[in-house]
Amino acid sequence: MEPIKVIIDKCIGCELCVKACPYDAIQMINKKAVIDIEKCTLCGACIEPCKFDAIVIYKRSFKGQEVTSYSGICLYAEHRNGRLASVVLEIIGAARKLKEDLNEKISAILLGNGMNPLAEELVSYGVDEVWMIDSPKIGEFAEDVQAELVAEILMEKSPEIFLGGGTIIGRSILPRVAAKLLTGLTADCTELTIDSKNKLLRQTRPAFGGNIMATILCENHRPQMATVRHKVMDEAKKVKSGHKGKIVKFNHIKIPKTKIEVLGFVKEKDITVNLVDADFIVSGGRGLQDPKNFVLIEELARTINGAVGASRAAVDAGWIPYSHQIGLTGRTVKPIVYVACGISGAIQHLAGMKSSDIIVAINNDLNASILDFSQYGIIGDLFEVVPELIKQLKELTGSKK
Amino acid sequence: MVILFLLKNIFYIEFKRKEELGLKIIVCIKQVPDTTSVKMNPETNTLIRDGVVSIINPFDTYAIEEGVRLKEKYGGEIIAISMGPPQVEESLRDALSLGVDNTYLLTDIAFAGADTLATGYTLAAGIKKLGGADIIILGRQAMDGDTGQVGPSVGENLGIPHITNVRKIEQIDEDGTIIVERLLEGGYLRLKTKLPVLLTVVKEINEPRLPTIKAKMLARKKEIVSWDSNSLDIETGRIGLTGSPTQVIKIFTPPKTTKGKIYQGNVKTSVTSFLKDIQNAGIQFIKKEDRMKNGTN
Repeated sequence: MEPIKVIIDKCIGCELCVKACPYDAIQMINKKAVIDIEKCTLCGACIEPCKFDAIVIYKRSFKGQEVTSYSGICLYAEHRNGRLASVVLEIIGAARKLKEDLNEKISAILLGNGMNPLAEELVSYGVDEVWMIDSPKIGEFAEDVQAELVAEILMEKSPEIFLGGGTIIGRSILPRVAAKLLTGLTADCTELTIDSKNKLLRQTRPAFGGNIMATILCENHRPQMATVRHKVMDEAKKVKSGHKGKIVKFNHIKIPKTKIEVLGFVKEKDITVNLVDADFIVSGGRGLQDPKNFVLIEELARTINGAVGASRAAVDAGWIPYSHQIGLTGRTVKPIVYVACGISGAIQHLAGMKSSDIIVAINNDLNASILDFSQYGIIGDLFEVVPELIKQLKELTGSKK
Repeated sequence: MVILFLLKNIFYIEFKRKEELGLKIIVCIKQVPDTTSVKMNPETNTLIRDGVVSIINPFDTYAIEEGVRLKEKYGGEIIAISMGPPQVEESLRDALSLGVDNTYLLTDIAFAGADTLATGYTLAAGIKKLGGADIIILGRQAMDGDTGQVGPSVGENLGIPHITNVRKIEQIDEDGTIIVERLLEGGYLRLKTKLPVLLTVVKEINEPRLPTIKAKMLARKKEIVSWDSNSLDIETGRIGLTGSPTQVIKIFTPPKTTKGKIYQGNVKTSVTSFLKDIQNAGIQFIKKEDRMKNGTN
């Protein structure tokens, strides 16, 4: 990406920038300013004289450079099938808390086709400005194109903070954006706060298999970028009516062609695998002893309208496919109720489920570490407890009907 | 006779394919402490480093295996590259024993303290010095940092597209078209692009082989090329700690919550009282759609 550029639509060919350039790096070609990148030193002398804001310098904020000109909290509004990704509401929730401390506006970058309803929705959750490119040319999974467009918008608007989802898409696009802007990016944060002294974004995340937490700062580069771990922070609620948001279109940005063609999306056949959206999850671990015993887990899951999860031990043993794995190296979930059957509670598993609303452990070991994280612990042989649980649950629902 | 003819044909095609494609594959690997052996000192809240073994990042073993399989299928060369202190040679030797042809270690005190931005830049500089590649493969993330950011960052620095979380490479055609399956929440995407491309792979993609004794012995004899910062075409301000915008300012152990209610003894009564408690807590095990209809929970 060019570090400096002329927004062609805005340039009227007045030549003020040509006069201002001390390095003779700007020429007029067809009445539009063209910058010779070989000669340009990015000194910025042309920015101020241009009355039409047609020249943008990409602020490579190397150490020691001015970072105070950046302002605002921006987020990446990931969406699929015409709906905002649920992580976006979680990020808005986090951004609104940051806003209380920073007192800067919240903006959201929204890229895609037919985006107006989503833009309205973002505003209804408290976003102040939606920075939008609405075009059929932007493919839903064209991550290369989206990364490029995000970088261009960030360059132009200079927000202080930029947040994205810790989703597969977010964690693919944002590192690319950070590499374009030469700024810092912290992956998969579980906590974001503003430092009371220096107003920097304190980004906290697990590392070393969840054994430790690290707090990270990005002091001299902007924007301060982070991806937010899905299903950890609370979703934003709609703001009271009366909140007015602005939709800003970036139609002057040229949309590049994607190098990646989507041939199709294949849905996971087994609905019990859709862990991320499940309200109830029943997981099995090493305590199941045999792959056949997953039938028990499946039956309990069906009884409570839930999905089936598994610990890494069970997956590594080949008892159940990887797509069921919950934990640091699997999926992160935040259901209303998480039932852990025969799972000891290794740090690596806890990292993927400990923000569940309610954790129930079924274990024969009173000292299992999962119990330190559970609201309810049933101590006993899971081969007795689970069938009893199924039986009583069925009786309960039966009696209601 | 017919069978023989068919066999000949198959072998001919296989042979021809290898000749024509000849892929250049680069695998980026990282040496990490085996996190399953990492323990915390509860008094000082620090990592106990003693007795922690260094291994190839487990996710990278799938990257190596996939690279080796591609070479076996399409012919060509597979190179492993890593950035880190001199002891990373051990891991590169392991890579050699798994079928990698040549290895390069980017090692220099000036590279130390690199975050994902500086690491991506440095690895890309190493890959450029190697003349680039048709396919670059990384594990989806490292076991210690868990960021998954270096792959896309290398891709951007090389100016080539990346695809993360690849669970299968379906095919590579003679014209350099590659089709892969990429894991996504709720399923997977089938994607098509042109080489060169950078892929990060998940563990579903294959089952890594174990090295044979013979391969291990041969790996001992191979040369591992080391490059320092002077050997690479880089801006010194963009590597190591200086080139890293992020700094860790605090490390702490995650707080534990207190023990909840425990049910012991008779299974039947345990389950009954648990269900009673959870119902009193306002939990109803009903489907999301039904709950939305009823407006409960």
